[in-house]
Amino acid sequence: MKRREFLSALGAGTLVSLSPTLAMAAAAPVGRMDRLLILVELKGGNDGLNTIIPFSDDAYYALRPQLAVRADGMIKLDGKVAINKVLNPLMPMWSAGQMAILQGVGYPQANLSHFRSIEIWDTASKSDEYLPVGWLTRLFAAYPVPPQFTADAIVIGSADLGPVAGGARAIELDNPGQFSHQARLVQAMSSRGGGALAHILKVEDDVVRAAQSLGNGKTLKTEFPDHGFGHTCKTACETLANANGIAVARLTLTGFDTHQNQAGTQANLLTQLGEGLAALKTALVEMGRWDDTLILTYSEFGRRPKENESGGTDHGTVAPHFVLGGKVRGGLYGNTPSLAVLDESGNLPYQIDFRGVYASVLERWWNLPSQTVLGGKFALTQFV
Amino acid sequence: MNIIAIRRSVVLLSAIFLAAPLAHATGMGADDARYLLTRTGFAPDPAEIAEFAALTREQAVDRILSGTRTQPVTAYPDDLNNFIAGKQIRTMSRQQRRELIRTQLREGGTELRAWWLGEMLHTPSPLTERMTLFWHNHFVSSQQKVRSPKLMLNQNLLLREDAVGNFGKMLHAVSKDPAMVIYLDSASNRKGQPNENFAREVMELFTLGEGHYTEDDIKQAARAFTGWSIDRDTGQFVFRRKVHDGGIKTVFGKSGDFDGDDVLDLLLARRETSEFIVGKLWREFVSPQPDAPAVQKIAATFRDQNYEIKPVLRQLFLSDAFWAPETRGAIVKSPVDVVVGSLRSLDADVPDAMPFVRTLKQLGQDIFAPPNVKGWPGGDTWINTATLLERKQYLDRIARADDATRQMAAQRIGDAMSARAAAIANGSTSAPISGEESKDMMANAKRMEAAIRNMDIDIPAWTQSVDHAGFTAETALLAVAPVEKNDVVAGNNKVRALLLDPSYEVK
Repeated sequence: MKRREFLSALGAGTLVSLSPTLAMAAAAPVGRMDRLLILVELKGGNDGLNTIIPFSDDAYYALRPQLAVRADGMIKLDGKVAINKVLNPLMPMWSAGQMAILQGVGYPQANLSHFRSIEIWDTASKSDEYLPVGWLTRLFAAYPVPPQFTADAIVIGSADLGPVAGGARAIELDNPGQFSHQARLVQAMSSRGGGALAHILKVEDDVVRAAQSLGNGKTLKTEFPDHGFGHTCKTACETLANANGIAVARLTLTGFDTHQNQAGTQANLLTQLGEGLAALKTALVEMGRWDDTLILTYSEFGRRPKENESGGTDHGTVAPHFVLGGKVRGGLYGNTPSLAVLDESGNLPYQIDFRGVYASVLERWWNLPSQTVLGGKFALTQFV
Repeated sequence: MNIIAIRRSVVLLSAIFLAAPLAHATGMGADDARYLLTRTGFAPDPAEIAEFAALTREQAVDRILSGTRTQPVTAYPDDLNNFIAGKQIRTMSRQQRRELIRTQLREGGTELRAWWLGEMLHTPSPLTERMTLFWHNHFVSSQQKVRSPKLMLNQNLLLREDAVGNFGKMLHAVSKDPAMVIYLDSASNRKGQPNENFAREVMELFTLGEGHYTEDDIKQAARAFTGWSIDRDTGQFVFRRKVHDGGIKTVFGKSGDFDGDDVLDLLLARRETSEFIVGKLWREFVSPQPDAPAVQKIAATFRDQNYEIKPVLRQLFLSDAFWAPETRGAIVKSPVDVVVGSLRSLDADVPDAMPFVRTLKQLGQDIFAPPNVKGWPGGDTWINTATLLERKQYLDRIARADDATRQMAAQRIGDAMSARAAAIANGSTSAPISGEESKDMMANAKRMEAAIRNMDIDIPAWTQSVDHAGFTAETALLAVAPVEKNDVVAGNNKVRALLLDPSYEVK
């Protein structure tokens, strides 16, 4: 057996063991996988209440005597909520109606562990359910991307593969030119092994296939900000410009676990986020892809409404998230959280189930059924 | 003569008869020796393989366990001994503070990493280093947040002290370790307004594992840990009675005016703690899928022996699962395995490990800076398309590192670094950097150049010593047969082909 055949046999095996329904669904139409999804992970748990601020709620100031954002640090979006001023670079998209803000995104029985909660988001599981692979990996198993695609997904800024872990053709890279150069040390040929070795052979195969279809000639005129997240956005755009098709890009901005001295740290991170996303938009317009791109932020959880003694906040539950893109229907979705009603751990109840957001991406963006992938039916949000 | 005596004399008699042929036959052989040494330490050189090949498995395990250490063998650089007092920092100008962050965080951090890498390369007890690294990845603190290289060094020395000693003692000590107190915000956990960070992670990651406690247990335990702090001027742990909550707490259904140590004892008393740690040791040393009944059995020993670590390791290393054919090659090598193991197994002479600090980071294991409090997830996740390519590039380089190539590389890297330092000093880059820094950069460039020049990797000599010891290069390097069929039979190209083969990535 040739190495390639071995690997696809391995893939098929995984697929069947995942779910018989998924394996059968593989014959279904491919949907609109030419449309790009960019996921932006805010790692560590972004404090939602200082991102989208319920400025008209007195409880906000009572809970946060030190940390509440002052009037001159926010831009009002309506009579109840404002956006943190450092996110000003996003305002042109808001004004153009290309930015949706989903309020109170979370899930029932919130888990407050970073690791467990991000696993719940990445695998789209219930709070007490353990699923072995990422939700997008299940998607690609059920509805494969066209075979000539460079990869199912690219992953930048994080070593873990998150929603594309467990079998998707995911390329993790820092620099597309260097990737093609180094790929010459890998030869795809042979055919055996199990467990750890099978994983290595699969990654080698992913490298060879991606390197074969990835050019490196195209450069972009767009200038990216000179900080960590700016570089992440740049790498993503350079790779997209030179790739022969990619369905998903997952970018990570890390450092949001602000138990201590939150104000400065979060302002710095949100500045990077705003500037990076604005540059991302400019580059996607330059590539002619802004109308077929959907950008979605996510995070393992939000933070506790009541500030702690260290000028920080502890782990919480829900947070607002952004959806951006040329085809997005801008505006606020979900109710503004009411700080008068907190659960027994002092946290907010969820308004929008994150699996409903995923379902909306699957059904309304990619024109694919969501139930087989998400294992249930979830209320869609009409942001696209 | 009673029955027991008769039995004994029969045993003795057969021992005498069997002794002569067995003395030769009982050695476990080169393949087992390489496997054991690689799994319990770092990949061995041909001489170590030959030495252990003559021992039985049990003799070999006991030799490894009796050779462990509590102190490093290499001296650490003097400048790591500096702790900068808080009051000193408060009097500094902005420029001085920037300078301090640079020297502490960047240069101190590099020194620290180079020192530990050197220790791993030179230690006579690789198991001690592997276990110190295991605990570094368990009781995680990161230089990124702690900032003081001195406190990170102290934590490393503390973990090393009990790396193969006693888990309970280590748990109590590391919980009050200044770097940990900073890393998990204990210093700002005060009566009336607790910070839950340490209380949560000590349960989820250090002892019980997720799902074995309630949110209320965390809140109550956080109250017990109030008052644990550090003195910013001396860098020492202090207990601040004024901010300690002395009231009654209820944790796991037990109530009392618990302090932090009481809560740690409650955690040690729980069965889940022993099973969580043994399960993690199983994944480190045996296979990615722990055998639940075997783990429970070993965990019982762990509790019975008052959390002594060596008896657990002995059971793991002599378990059937450890030696089973399907376990060979079942674990993906970590970046430390790849970097340190390759240099040790090729018998490289590395007087200064600094060039490999960056390699380790590129491969995804920046020691002293794990990605978050859960540490490196390890296993298959070590390998993605980016890190796989970095591994291949590193292995390609050391396989080609004959003297001439290395001298050229040293020159090239030294020149490039000096040129950058000069450009910065001339002000031809935009970054505002002090003259002091550009001097340091020059010194750094020289050190890097010298480090690469003075390294010695002699693959022809290595090939000879493998031949001399009577086994093959495959046996010396690989846990499973090579994947790529290669027709290269000898010399440097053979070694290069084996290092670049996918099978080299597993152990």
